[in-house]
Amino acid sequence: MPSEIFGAVLQYLISGLTNGAIYALIALGFGIIFNATHIINFAQGEFVMLGALCAISLYQVFPSLPAAFLGSTLLVTLLGLLFERLALRPVKDRSPLTLIIITVGGAVLLKGLAMLWWGKEAYNLPPFTGATPLHLGPATILPQNLWVLGVAALLVAGLEAFFRLTLTGKAMRACAYNPVAARLVGIPAMRMVQLSFGLSAALGAAGGILIAPLTLGVYDMGTMLGLKGFSAAILGGLGSSLGGVLGGLLLGVAESLASGLISSGYRDAVAFFILLVVLFVRPQGLLGGRT
Amino acid sequence: MSVAEAPLLMVSEVSRAFGGLKALEGVSFAVPRGVIKAVIGPNGAGKTTLFHLISGFLKPDRGRILFQGQEIQGRPAHAVAALGIARTFQLVQLFDHMTVLENVMVGRHRLSRAGLLAGALHLPWTRREEAAIREQAYGALELVGLSSRAAQPAGFLPLGLKRLLEIARALASEPTLLLLDEPASGLDQAETERLGELILTLKARGLTLLLVEHDMSLTMEVADEIAVLNYGRLIAEGPPRAIQRHPEVIAAYLGSDWQE
Amino acid sequence: MRGARLALWGGFALVLALLPLGWRNDYYLSLLNFIGIHTILVVGLNLLMGYAGQISLGHAAFFGVGAYTSGILTATYGVNPWLALVAGLALAAGLAFLIGVPALKLRGYYLAMATLGFGVIVYIFFVQAQRFTGGPSGLSGIPALSLPGFTFHTPLRLYGLIWTATLGILALSAGLVDSRLGRALRALHDSEVAAESLGIHTQRLKLLIFVWSALYASLAGSLYAHTLNFVAPSSFDIMFSIKLVTMVVVGGMASIWGSLLGAGVLTVLPELLVVFHDFEVVLFGAILMVVMIFLPRGLVRGLLDLWEYRHFRRESGGVSG
Ligand SMILES: Nc1ncnc2c1ncn2[C@@H]1O[C@H](COP(=O)(O)OP(=O)(O)OP(=O)(O)O)[C@@H](O)[C@H]1O
Ligand SMILES: [Mg+2]
Repeated sequence: MPSEIFGAVLQYLISGLTNGAIYALIALGFGIIFNATHIINFAQGEFVMLGALCAISLYQVFPSLPAAFLGSTLLVTLLGLLFERLALRPVKDRSPLTLIIITVGGAVLLKGLAMLWWGKEAYNLPPFTGATPLHLGPATILPQNLWVLGVAALLVAGLEAFFRLTLTGKAMRACAYNPVAARLVGIPAMRMVQLSFGLSAALGAAGGILIAPLTLGVYDMGTMLGLKGFSAAILGGLGSSLGGVLGGLLLGVAESLASGLISSGYRDAVAFFILLVVLFVRPQGLLGGRT
Repeated sequence: MSVAEAPLLMVSEVSRAFGGLKALEGVSFAVPRGVIKAVIGPNGAGKTTLFHLISGFLKPDRGRILFQGQEIQGRPAHAVAALGIARTFQLVQLFDHMTVLENVMVGRHRLSRAGLLAGALHLPWTRREEAAIREQAYGALELVGLSSRAAQPAGFLPLGLKRLLEIARALASEPTLLLLDEPASGLDQAETERLGELILTLKARGLTLLLVEHDMSLTMEVADEIAVLNYGRLIAEGPPRAIQRHPEVIAAYLGSDWQE
Repeated sequence: MRGARLALWGGFALVLALLPLGWRNDYYLSLLNFIGIHTILVVGLNLLMGYAGQISLGHAAFFGVGAYTSGILTATYGVNPWLALVAGLALAAGLAFLIGVPALKLRGYYLAMATLGFGVIVYIFFVQAQRFTGGPSGLSGIPALSLPGFTFHTPLRLYGLIWTATLGILALSAGLVDSRLGRALRALHDSEVAAESLGIHTQRLKLLIFVWSALYASLAGSLYAHTLNFVAPSSFDIMFSIKLVTMVVVGGMASIWGSLLGAGVLTVLPELLVVFHDFEVVLFGAILMVVMIFLPRGLVRGLLDLWEYRHFRRESGGVSG
């Protein structure tokens, strides 16, 4: 029955794109920090988790979704700035080994603290607008799926506009392209680094809040999301924003199709399998120029 | 020097660009055996790039480099080192967390052969090899006058001694050709003079040297031949006296921020 | 020098031999056995991190490969445990080689990323491949190791076996570090260009040491499987890989005895803090961050460095870069 198969595939595509949009936001976060500092921030996924859980807690206190969204994003952004200031700026030895271990430590610490604060149970955030599924041919789509896709698209577009149109954004790109020259023309590199942490924390938090109504929020959600966002960034080409988006969407769809059509148990392995293949076959990623 | 003897090193029509910047353009010259050849030129002339190409840290875009008649351009650095080309670095590259003696012992790497398991098990033959490595490393330290510092961590030496240690380490690998990139930079008057003596001692021992140096009096004193680079091109080559009077060389130096 | 070192090793062996006499408590012996297994893992990882300057974020996977190869081959297929152990070693070495060849061609972060991905995949495989691994609930019925007429099935006997192995691994590693290739490894950690310029094939050396450390992990895994007679995936997750990194960081980079210390402290600490079980994760994270921010060569090593710095600054009085 081809139409049934078509419906199933369409359904997988919808959920794949939704997850993929979140991966894309996380991948962009990795890319922004990597461009500014050449650091892979292994704590990126924890910003996503904190975004979701902070929004949930804020909503419990003051039940307004827009307020929870903004408040949580703001909190996590501050945390990102703090993370850079306290954990990375004082480091004198900038070797990859040291920086990897510090951000891994940061991830573990944030996760552990979240577990102490929120416990191990999963929390729910209501969908932004209703839970009645819409029908899209043979498949159904939740309003929240549309919210995820729409807001993610807006964020990506806004980010692109920020990098291309504003002075600060251009300065950040200049720093990524040629840090020495950027310093010579008087761009404050340190502020740019800090900004990059703030931005990517904000993107991560937004991703977490968007996905929370679909997947619940729990203290250990960040690890997997972070690693998958990272795989997406590598797949697309680390540091390329178009690459991050493409990588995220491709990964989300691949994962969803594989789990639907092959075996759901290995769903989480798909991203890492892709990661290994990309690292070995095309380490600069689909759209990355340099290695 | 007999003209018939093939040179130890031949650089022929070598070019290398970084993006749009032509760091070297069709450079050719030869280093005969047993000679001290100096490469001079203003800052950014391409001297270090030339060393990187010879020692395998960079690949030339075009051109050939022959060492003892073999083409070596584009080979990885460790393979070039294995043929007997050793070098020092403009920015000293020591193993800071190892002792002075251990630094030099690493220089013996290519001439010894203990593998992972044999070395780890300290078999009788690897123990003998280690003892020999230690002894030869000491010898190299004595040659440069650093043996009293053998047990110190290398990272704490003053710069002048660091440069000497780098030379000792390179010597320990018993090279046929030794490349020195600005060995006198950062040295005081007395240290520079001792360096000059060391360089002449090495020549007397049959070593061939290629030297990049900004210190003109040192260069003129030790070099048998000088090659001059300017903006990536070879503009003059010959014995020190001729170079000093060469009009293009004078022009190149006057037109730059050259200080000597 | 050599005499002093032999005396040190002899003394350590003696302490190990005497320890169970005064302490014949099965709980303590089991704890010591885990310290031994962890020490083997940590020494291997330290060779990679402290000496080659590379990091594996998936070392638990090699540990798991050893444990599951031993477990499955002996419990399911009745293979001789010693043969199974060798099979585990071969498999771990092969996998490390496959990952290492491409990842070590590239600099910096690539081995970290590749091992991380590998670690997650292997973990998922342990959970999902129920037919072989028993799935999330694990694989039981793994026999004890034995020699003709002697079975290693009590904590005391296992103590003898595990600590003989651990002592052997410590001695072998100390020997390695103090050998031609050990020197080359320390050299490439300090300056890769200088190492290359002296004829050291740095990429091959890194690969060699990565495979070597995977072998240690696999050995530890086999010992673990035959000690517990049971394996489950949760022992081989990313968090365990990170714990191993923490043990290296506490013991100090490039320090064989430090590895013993790191493994010891961080194996005992969670036992002492049973009540605070939930704090364990926070503790590990905080240790990783604080130590690496202030003492990038690790806790013990870093403190020694500080002392050395003072000492030699005063002695040479020179400027250094
Ligand atoms: N890796 C690189 N990437 C881009 N440009 C480079 C690179 N290495 C060298 N250059 C450029 O190539 C030119 C030649 O540099 P090189 O270091 O060879 O000069 P040099 O003669 O050694 O100068 P100095 O006397 O200052 O040491 C310079 O303009 C330098 O900026
Ligand atoms: Mg130079």
